[in-house]
Amino acid sequence: MIKRLTCIECPKGCLLSIEIENCRVVKVSGNECPKGEKYAVQEIENPMRILTSAVLAEGLTLKMVPVRTDKPIPKSRIMEAMDEVKKLRLKEPVKSGSVIVDNFLGIGINLLSTRTVSKT
Amino acid sequence: MIERDLVIVGGGPAGMAAAISARESGVKDILLLERDQYLGGILNQCVHTGFGIEYFKEVLTGPEYGNRFVEKIKGAPEIEISLRSLVVKLTKDKTLTYIKPGVMEEVRAKAVIMATGCREKTREMVHIPGTRPSGIFSAGLAQKLINIEGLLPGKEVVVVGSGDIGLIMARRFTLEGARVKAVIEIQEKSRGLIRNVAQCIEDFDIPIYFRHKILRICGLDRVEKVVVVKVDENFNDIPSSSFEISCDTVLMSVGLIPENELIEMAGVEIDRKTNQPVSKEVNKTSIPGIFCCGNSFKIYDLADWVSKESAVAGKMAAEYIRSLK
Repeated sequence: MIKRLTCIECPKGCLLSIEIENCRVVKVSGNECPKGEKYAVQEIENPMRILTSAVLAEGLTLKMVPVRTDKPIPKSRIMEAMDEVKKLRLKEPVKSGSVIVDNFLGIGINLLSTRTVSKT
Repeated sequence: MIERDLVIVGGGPAGMAAAISARESGVKDILLLERDQYLGGILNQCVHTGFGIEYFKEVLTGPEYGNRFVEKIKGAPEIEISLRSLVVKLTKDKTLTYIKPGVMEEVRAKAVIMATGCREKTREMVHIPGTRPSGIFSAGLAQKLINIEGLLPGKEVVVVGSGDIGLIMARRFTLEGARVKAVIEIQEKSRGLIRNVAQCIEDFDIPIYFRHKILRICGLDRVEKVVVVKVDENFNDIPSSSFEISCDTVLMSVGLIPENELIEMAGVEIDRKTNQPVSKEVNKTSIPGIFCCGNSFKIYDLADWVSKESAVAGKMAAEYIRSLK
């Protein structure tokens, strides 16, 4: 089976042609750099995404503190991850890059603050 | 009146890059005016990734990207930051009037860099008929409500236009539990970045209708539905193709327009159609010493390019100030 995908590693957006057999990638073409091949294999065999969102703060200078996962998480678990994000309340000041939840979803990645926030 | 070598209006990606580069080019007296209570401009509400790939060779969110510049500016004593400072007047001899809580100030500059960004086009600018209920937002306003204010503007959403902010907000609403029922685009392909079509629309199986447009927005107090129609290659409606989508929210993502009222007030020549300063060279205006950079000079796809080209504005202003001596 041949599947076409747009590489999203950079804004160039190469159109990849991916040959798939038994759910495994056997050949990638159309990529202008090695990132494209790596992306194709990952995307077909186990798609991953960095999740970004914002967490409610209490008693801090911002009402919402933006967050991200430090590494990509499986695409299939994004909505589950959002359920966890929505339960969080941030009450202590954090710096941009501080860990808000370690071992997020129990998969060895961290949820980081992406903005510095202080006490009111 | 206070006198300054360089005054920069706007503390977003353009103004910050211009300030840093002007300082690196030898300007020692810089005043940066920002109307918000934080530096960073629109980056603060762009919590998604996709920033910095060109500029820093790494993937950052908007706030992280902005913070790199904020840290640099805070380490530069030559750059004075004035927050909550809204410029209300600019004259051709480079006198600026600005208000900050409790005071009105006047400052005269040897050179001015305007980095005032842009606004979103509205429903009125793209002529969508129908009623005027609540529930119609520009995509960037919805972004601010969700990411800064913590408010979800609606539950069932139709996005008009497929600009980047609209695509990103389609994903953002989906993540927050709302249902994005359609993205309606009159062109035959998205005007947003390919990666946003892939990660924001295809990832969540959001229906996207190309060569379609909104015929009418319906609803009395709140949006109730939109009527959608297919268009032919000359963008004429194909009436038999019309259908309805029920929704409580319409997001407009139909392009950006530079915000240039201040330089226009000073007498800079402006293209009436695009609202850009008429210029043969990047960052220049028809008045020597008044520079314009970032999205107020022209609309950019990526903040990284804003930073790169705005740094050039900083250099140009430094050269201009040197030439006065």
